[in-house]
Amino acid sequence: MPRFKARFDRLSHLFFPLSVLVILLIINLLKGADYFKITMVNGVLYGNIPNILYGASELVILSIGMTLVTAAARGQDISIGESGAISSAIFVQYVLNAGEVTIWTILVGFLISCVAGLVIGAFNGTLVSFFNVQPMVATLILFLGGRSIAFIIDGKVSPILANPISNKIGTVIPGVPIQTPIILTAVFIALVAVVLKTTNLRLYVEAVGINPNAARLNGINPKKVIFLTFLLMGVCSAVAGFIAVNKVGRHDSVNLLKFIMMDAILAVALGGNSLSGGKFSITGSIIGAYTIEVLNRTLLRLEVNPEAIKAFKAVFIIILMIVASPVVRVYARKCLGKVKTFVAGNAIGKPGGLNQAVISSMDSSAKKEE
Amino acid sequence: MGALNPTKPKARLANSTLLFIIAGIIFLLMYGIALLTFPVSFKQFQTFFDFFNLNAALFIVTLGMCIVMIGGGIDISVGAVCGLVTMACALLLESGAGNIWGAFFLALGIGLAFGLMHGYLIAYLEIQPFIITLAGMFLAQGLLTTLHREPLNVTRPAFVALRSYRIEIPWLGTVNRLGVFIPCEIRPGVIVVVVLVVLYAIMMKWTRFGRNLYAVGGNRQSARMLGINVKKTIFFSYVLCGLTAGISGFVFLLTTGAGNIGNGSLYEMKAIAANVMGGILLNGGVGNLLGAPIGTLTLLTINELIRAAGVQSNLQAIVSGLLLYLFIVLQSIVMALRGRRQFKLALPPWLKGQRPPGEQAAGNQG
Repeated sequence: MPRFKARFDRLSHLFFPLSVLVILLIINLLKGADYFKITMVNGVLYGNIPNILYGASELVILSIGMTLVTAAARGQDISIGESGAISSAIFVQYVLNAGEVTIWTILVGFLISCVAGLVIGAFNGTLVSFFNVQPMVATLILFLGGRSIAFIIDGKVSPILANPISNKIGTVIPGVPIQTPIILTAVFIALVAVVLKTTNLRLYVEAVGINPNAARLNGINPKKVIFLTFLLMGVCSAVAGFIAVNKVGRHDSVNLLKFIMMDAILAVALGGNSLSGGKFSITGSIIGAYTIEVLNRTLLRLEVNPEAIKAFKAVFIIILMIVASPVVRVYARKCLGKVKTFVAGNAIGKPGGLNQAVISSMDSSAKKEE
Repeated sequence: MGALNPTKPKARLANSTLLFIIAGIIFLLMYGIALLTFPVSFKQFQTFFDFFNLNAALFIVTLGMCIVMIGGGIDISVGAVCGLVTMACALLLESGAGNIWGAFFLALGIGLAFGLMHGYLIAYLEIQPFIITLAGMFLAQGLLTTLHREPLNVTRPAFVALRSYRIEIPWLGTVNRLGVFIPCEIRPGVIVVVVLVVLYAIMMKWTRFGRNLYAVGGNRQSARMLGINVKKTIFFSYVLCGLTAGISGFVFLLTTGAGNIGNGSLYEMKAIAANVMGGILLNGGVGNLLGAPIGTLTLLTINELIRAAGVQSNLQAIVSGLLLYLFIVLQSIVMALRGRRQFKLALPPWLKGQRPPGEQAAGNQG
């Protein structure tokens, strides 16, 4: 029992994002019972759930990077959409100039775009870590100028990426029942999970985010860690740009991944992470990203007036944040503690009831002290 | 200040003052370059006044953002609120239901409503300001598109008269090719800007709220130990920012004369950039309010300079980004060189003069 409780406590931060997701899914089910229906068309799975997984793939990848940056640098990167546009522009140019397109061309192009992402991450990271500029201000530079750089790399308005391989990456590979972006996202998540499990990255990032001075005294160089998170963010945005450009099939430097940083920051916050750094939960951010996609699709499904969608989204976010705010949480915990002691007080007469009452009253008093 | 601080006759410059001086020098430098490269257009006083005439709304938005940034927060909904106000006022004036005063109070009301919402949620429910103001931005944009989608031109005679009203300065002006003297013109929006700058500068320097805000932005914990009502101070900073955004929407309508979906878009980013150039840091507690208009002027001068140089439109954004990069790096190097000598709490000089014991302890912790 105590072991189970400990495990539950460790996962309790996921309770909030998961419950939001469940509420949204229930709303969808009430609208139409066939929400979870999955159909097979030409050997590929289609339906609402695969569509959500497909639509949110870039957002999930970006929110992973954003979580790391937020945790270490105590600020947000607002240039992720722009850096994705630049790195994917380089990818598109490489593929278009390569002549015959093979799987190797795509792979080399992808690696080159990752290098471009690293360079962008290094630019932002240098400003934040070595020049001590606040992350939002440092990334404001690329936010203002990034789309123009992407346009100059393109050389013209939206070059078209028409070849069978990138078409397969954007949609489906014949014989595989799941759309390729979903698989790529899953692979990426698995890679991140392996990295976080096998390396000290999580420990270092959290240490730097909680207190950079204390981390420095313990032998962790905060500048290096913050720089590293920005490099990872660059890679994440390059991967997201790669997926996005293959999905669309052409590179639109103005609209590719536009304003996605707002959604990514929102995903981080919905996942129960603090936007002022410190401990983080990648799982929470991933669930948050999917929640945002579900929310967008739910509003469309409920046939909300397209003009008013943003307002509804705003109201939903505000309600969520009020429910999750520290003040309301403390208040709710107090009420819960009172209810617990009341129930336990009624149960004293029964066998074993006394034990329970003592434990629960201790529990509630401990929680009050928090 | 020297009289208050007899033990240290040579008081060090506060960070706020230093950054403000840097901002001022940068502005003078940029304007000097502009004067040297394009003497014909920049020598005219009208060019300088046109910065205010055409961008009065941006100046006002930057002021509101400055107050929130000094308090250590951020408000990214200001641009959207400004746009919403223009459309709402245009609708009101066109429908014939209200007069100009009605529109002005509607602008104030919308701004106040957003400010109250943000302030309550951020100060009293302790929600992260970025997320709440992001939601506010979505809300304002959603309401804007629900109100009206197409551009709406205001044709009400009283409003058009106010809009085309110009104040002439008879002793300043230029003589055109025909030898006719053209005096400089100022639009009504500029008066609002000047009044607000003076009002806010006085408020930040001499009132209790302004001083509290610096203390809260500098270090929330030590401000609480000093007995400052932190929540109330933050709450009022957001209310003020919302109100200012509302006023800026009305001024925007006075400038362009039409409600449009694109009105005030990206103003929040421009305002942040302008404030950073004006020496107001996002961390809070540092910055002079007069830095906000100076920073905006620098930003506008750069844009005008690039436009006058005939740079390709795509390179314009890149060049202004690079200049922003240079300023940010310069600021950070100056601050780093300064910090190497001695650690000092980033507080304005009038708070340093009367340093109470509680703050000393907090300063040692930091």
